[in-house]
Amino acid sequence: MGLLDQQFENGNVFITSADKLLNWARLSSLWGMQFGLACCAIEMMATGASHYDTDRFGVFFRGTPRQSDVMIVAGTVTLKMASRIKTLYDQMSEPRYVISMGSCSNCGGPYWEHGYHVLKGVDRVIPVDVYVPGCPPRPEALLEGLMKLQEKIRSSSLARKKSA
Amino acid sequence: MIPQEIHELLKSNFGSAVLDVKVEGATDPWIGIAPERIKEVGLFLRDNEKTAFDVLMCLSGVDNTDGKLGVVYHLHSMKWNHKIVLKVGVTAEKPNCQSVESVWKTANWHEREAFDMVGVVFDGHPDLRRILLPDDWEGYPLRKDYQLPEFYQGMKVPY
Repeated sequence: MGLLDQQFENGNVFITSADKLLNWARLSSLWGMQFGLACCAIEMMATGASHYDTDRFGVFFRGTPRQSDVMIVAGTVTLKMASRIKTLYDQMSEPRYVISMGSCSNCGGPYWEHGYHVLKGVDRVIPVDVYVPGCPPRPEALLEGLMKLQEKIRSSSLARKKSA
Repeated sequence: MIPQEIHELLKSNFGSAVLDVKVEGATDPWIGIAPERIKEVGLFLRDNEKTAFDVLMCLSGVDNTDGKLGVVYHLHSMKWNHKIVLKVGVTAEKPNCQSVESVWKTANWHEREAFDMVGVVFDGHPDLRRILLPDDWEGYPLRKDYQLPEFYQGMKVPY
């Protein structure tokens, strides 16, 4: 096993092409867990429909966190829902990513000042990789957010430590 | 029947329960009822032939500052196509009011919402618990003197 460890740490040709293959495989078939909570869910549905297709990116909505790679949190996160989101995030298996869609899940949105029941940003309970601004973001904006996530996956590597 | 006639009818049947009334003016005419008699008044209005208020359109909890809470009932009759508004006043120290859930079933969730948001306790309601907020929330948010909590279950609430 010593020889294999040394090869991974130095990052030679063996690891770089394995990296590229693995990353390409992961970013080309990001199965998303649909987590539409409020109005952003409508825009997410529109993005998944035929005009702005997500299927051409390989993004395919699954109902369960156990079989998905990315969780798109679309909509207002209330305090009542926040504990459930944490449970669902813990049920996803790694590598897992989170896209926060819309201003409610970014930072509380229009409810930031007087919303007593709103969690001001889903990053208070789970770690977020990409934030897509908008209220709601247009389908093109969500697709750009997905592409940014793909960029992030493309640049990740087996040799470097991934954050949980 | 016009609101004055409904008021006369209620006064003749429930003299002491009818507290005040306002039928003139631009807003909806309303009749004030005592909180411990609202159920019999509701039953009478629903079953009486001339009024026949079989639809409770809306039941809302209100906070009229200084610890004076209230409940507002909007009634409608499908048979005669007339409406009336009943108002009940309670205080924050003694927020009890009779439940009209046995008269109009729609009041079940409406009274739970009034309890959740304003804190009016309905006696005789079969299942009075919070409906919108989590079950372990403290406080009644739609009261005028409500303070935002700092933390809820480890999550910071204010921005």
